Amino acid sequence: MIVVEHLSKSYGTTEVLTDCSTAVARGEIVVVCGPSGSGKSTLIKCINGLEPFDAGRITVDGVSVADPATNLPKLRARIGMVFQTFELYPHMTATENITLAPIKALKRPRAEAVARAHALLERVGILEHADRYPANLSGGQQQRVAIARALAMDPIAMLFDEPTSALDPEMINEVLDVMTALAQDGMTMIVVTHEMGFARRVADRVVFMDQGRIVEDSSKSAFFDRPASDRAQLFLSKILQH
Amino acid sequence: MTRFNLDYVAGALPLLWDGMQTTLLLTVLSLIGGLTLGMLLAVLRLSRVKSVALAAASYVNLIRALPLLLLIFWFYFLVPLWLGRPVGGFTSALIGFVLFEAAYFSEIIRSGIQSVRRGQIFSGLATGLTYGQTMRAIVLPQALRNMLPLLLTEGINLFKGTALVYVVGVRDFLTAAGIIGTRDNTLVPMYCLVAVVYFLLCLAASLSVGRLQRRYAL
Repeated sequence: MIVVEHLSKSYGTTEVLTDCSTAVARGEIVVVCGPSGSGKSTLIKCINGLEPFDAGRITVDGVSVADPATNLPKLRARIGMVFQTFELYPHMTATENITLAPIKALKRPRAEAVARAHALLERVGILEHADRYPANLSGGQQQRVAIARALAMDPIAMLFDEPTSALDPEMINEVLDVMTALAQDGMTMIVVTHEMGFARRVADRVVFMDQGRIVEDSSKSAFFDRPASDRAQLFLSKILQH
Repeated sequence: MTRFNLDYVAGALPLLWDGMQTTLLLTVLSLIGGLTLGMLLAVLRLSRVKSVALAAASYVNLIRALPLLLLIFWFYFLVPLWLGRPVGGFTSALIGFVLFEAAYFSEIIRSGIQSVRRGQIFSGLATGLTYGQTMRAIVLPQALRNMLPLLLTEGINLFKGTALVYVVGVRDFLTAAGIIGTRDNTLVPMYCLVAVVYFLLCLAASLSVGRLQRRYAL
């Protein structure tokens, strides 16, 4: 459903992505990992056109992201995204955060959008905080609202950009649980994360990146049991020690 | 010498009120014009098109470098020569204030917009909102909260600054008080009264903005 072909991107003379190719099928869960600065976040921001790229091609459900004729807002409405820093709108309640885009972009009636928002908040386990502002929610709760906000657009795929990296350890699991449930419901997901436990449990495939290149793109068992590259072996040995 | 008491002030009230209406009208119209033009300049200055951003920046830098009085004189004395008819004191002052304040307001608005994290724009765009919708629903409401204190300061400056209009013969609050004071030899108490009124109005403005800020605090 999501196809990335020969993607390259540089900032000035610094190349951040070099000839990256991969594909994600419907219902597939792909975990993208690798050291900081390896281009993981940039890669998934290219998929919904938040970051422009210099060369290559990305298609989502047959629509080319970089094509000037593509209606980007319409395409983005079909791809949910969750950010490392949550990015809830601080001047709106949890419910308002979730209903904004359905009302404005999908022109859904307010009552319908609110009912759906409440159903989603229940699904992520925080219906009781529906009318709170983000400042009065914990990090884990904020991230669950952010997931509900993305789901409110009925996306065909979800992109997660280090969704647990800014969370206190005790809140990581409440977010991972929501993501695991989502995966079990058959959602197509690309997850940039360092949570190797989550990758082992939930991923179908692992993409390992280093210095802007996709070094490994293999099934979960192949990646964890016999990583092909030295770089991935080193990464795994460091990250799995504790 | 006339006795300065409540009866005296009551007698002077119609003239003073006339002046106050001019002051308030000038302030409100300049605020509306300055904020509108300032908002436009701020958006232009943040444009990705270099020449547009440069034009807006040049305007701000030019206007900020000129004395306000010069701008008012320009419209009062020079523009009539070119138009062939007088512009009038109130109109020249209003145009001068709008052009002048727009430069300051645009800088306040620009820094307010830039104070909102970039991630908020990404987040709005990622949910399928257009850039315009993201600005209106997400960025500007936050930016406005951040710029309230500076907008208040600039608004108070403008309110007090309107007293400058006496130079082009417009009778504002201060001028009206001056006229009465000179006529009746009560300049000192009249100017004290003016000071108290200005102070109370500015205090009321800052108290209400403070309440607004607490109510909409993020």
